[in-house]
Formats: sequence, structure tokens, C-alpha cells
Amino acid sequence: MTAREDWWYDEAAGPLVRPYAMVRGRTRPNAPDLHLVTQVRASSFASDQTSLTVEHREIMALCARPLSVAEVAAYLDVPLVVVKVLLSDLIERGDVLVQNSSPQIPDRDLLQAVLDGVRGI
Amino acid sequence: MVFVGSDVQQTVPTAVKIVIAGGFGTGKTTMVASVSEIPPLRTEELLTEAGVHVDDLAGIEGKDTTTVALDFGRITINTTVVLYLFGTPGQNRFWFMWDELATGAIGAVVLVDTRRLDSSFPSIDFFEHRGIPFVVAVNCFDGAQLYTVDEVRHALDLDDGIPVVLCDARNRESSKTVLVGLIQHSMNRLAAV
Repeated sequence: MTAREDWWYDEAAGPLVRPYAMVRGRTRPNAPDLHLVTQVRASSFASDQTSLTVEHREIMALCARPLSVAEVAAYLDVPLVVVKVLLSDLIERGDVLVQNSSPQIPDRDLLQAVLDGVRGI
Repeated sequence: MVFVGSDVQQTVPTAVKIVIAGGFGTGKTTMVASVSEIPPLRTEELLTEAGVHVDDLAGIEGKDTTTVALDFGRITINTTVVLYLFGTPGQNRFWFMWDELATGAIGAVVLVDTRRLDSSFPSIDFFEHRGIPFVVAVNCFDGAQLYTVDEVRHALDLDDGIPVVLCDARNRESSKTVLVGLIQHSMNRLAAV
């Protein structure tokens, strides 16, 4: 038990109590295929947000512009696994739109666009 | 729903990524920072002390867990494409993260510090075995170029087809040149298939 108590209060371990509260017992994201760079964005037709938690609303605000799952996790300062659960709630509600593809190796046109873009920065 | 679907098509960009790999202290986050349009962000994955990926929070409270941090940056290419640059975790035991990072990536930059060449072997092995395009970038710390490109290529036992370049990871133009070289290398590989 001592080790476990140390763990809960260890700063380096991060705020692991809050993630449990945030996901309210759900442990696994329902939305499949949420990868690090999967793009998510708040829908312009989002439903009533009064029943959402603070964290869900923070995500909705962040995602006013398209962001990756990794960016949402970083800005919210929660582990990736937690943000995936929260995002999947919002995707199920239709409040967050998601890029529905797994990471694919870019084709030539996409590579050319990236090449031009990097040269231009 | 059709309307929502078309909304996604129009407004959610395509994301691509490049992996910045290399041993501990070779300048991975420095390179990300030098070209990223935002200060590098950090995100954390949970894993057990044994290095096993935690993708399910059930029962995690009873286990010894730790976190693995990923530093990453972003370059908005245009309104429809965004590029992410991910530094690999310094500790090689987090191989599961490398797999997720490498899946679908344009390719990888393996940063090399010539004072510790051996620290780059695991990265090179990883990308070679998975057939992921990569370039080797020798980070010339404090302007010190201790070895030539050919000497590094020989010491790392690299195939002739793998580009080796000298760089200064702190310098934006230098890092840009490395990324351009990697993207061109990936395009050449694609054309050769």
C-alpha cells in the first residue's frame, strides 16, 4: 500500500486521480482508430453542451479549429489514453468530427505538397 | 449524416508525420523546435514499469505505471495538409511507441552525435528492418565536424542509397534542408517501387 500511496502523490506520475474522474469509469475509447495525428474538429452543429463535463467543453473549445489527438492531449495536459476516451464520447454525440482514416503512407502528390510547404517555411 | 460527412471532407486536414529519431541527447527536440511553428508540445502515454503499453485504464490503479513523454511540433503546410514532427522517446525500451510513430510516416531523420555513434544503431536498425525511408543527419555540435560524411557512412555501415548529411539542429535553415532531403528521399523510394 505504501508504494501505491507514493505513486498517487508522485508529481512525475502526473494527475492520475483526475483522469479517472474525467472518464467516469469508462476505460476504453469507443471510437476506433484515434491515432496521434488523427485530426479532430468541433462540429458547427454541436448539440447542447450543458450536460458535458468541463474537460469535454475544453476539448470543444480547443477543437474550434482542427487539431490532432496528440495536440488535444498536450493542451489539456492529460495522458493520451484519457483524451481518447473523452474524444470518443464527443464523437459518439456527433459533437466532434474525426478524420476517418488510419495513417497511410503518403502518395506522390501529397509528398510534393509537403515538400513545397517545408521549403516555404 | 451525409452533410456532416461532407463537412469533414472540407474542413479536417490530412495529417502527415515525420519521425525525428536518434540516441539520447542527439538534439531531437532541438530539431523539432527549430522548424516547428509552435513551441514543441509534450504528450504522455501511460505504461507499466515493464514497458508494456497501457491502452486500457481498467485495473491500472493496481499496477506500477510510468509515463513516456513524446515531444512534437507542427508545420501547417496549407489549408488541407498539416505536418507533425515527432521526437522518439529517448529510452529504447519504449519500442511500442516507435511502432505507432512510424506507422504511415513519410520517413525518419536519424540524428547522430559522432561522439556517441553507437547510440544511433538501434534507430537505424529499427527503420531498416521496417523498410521505412530515413536519412542520417550528423548533428555538428558547437560547429565541430569531427568526421566526414563518408567516415560516418562507413562507421555506421550504411547502404549507399541512404543519404547522410551534416546539420546543425539548432539552425532552422539547416533543419529544413534535412527535412527536404528526407521528403525527396521518400519520393525517390516511391518512384522506384
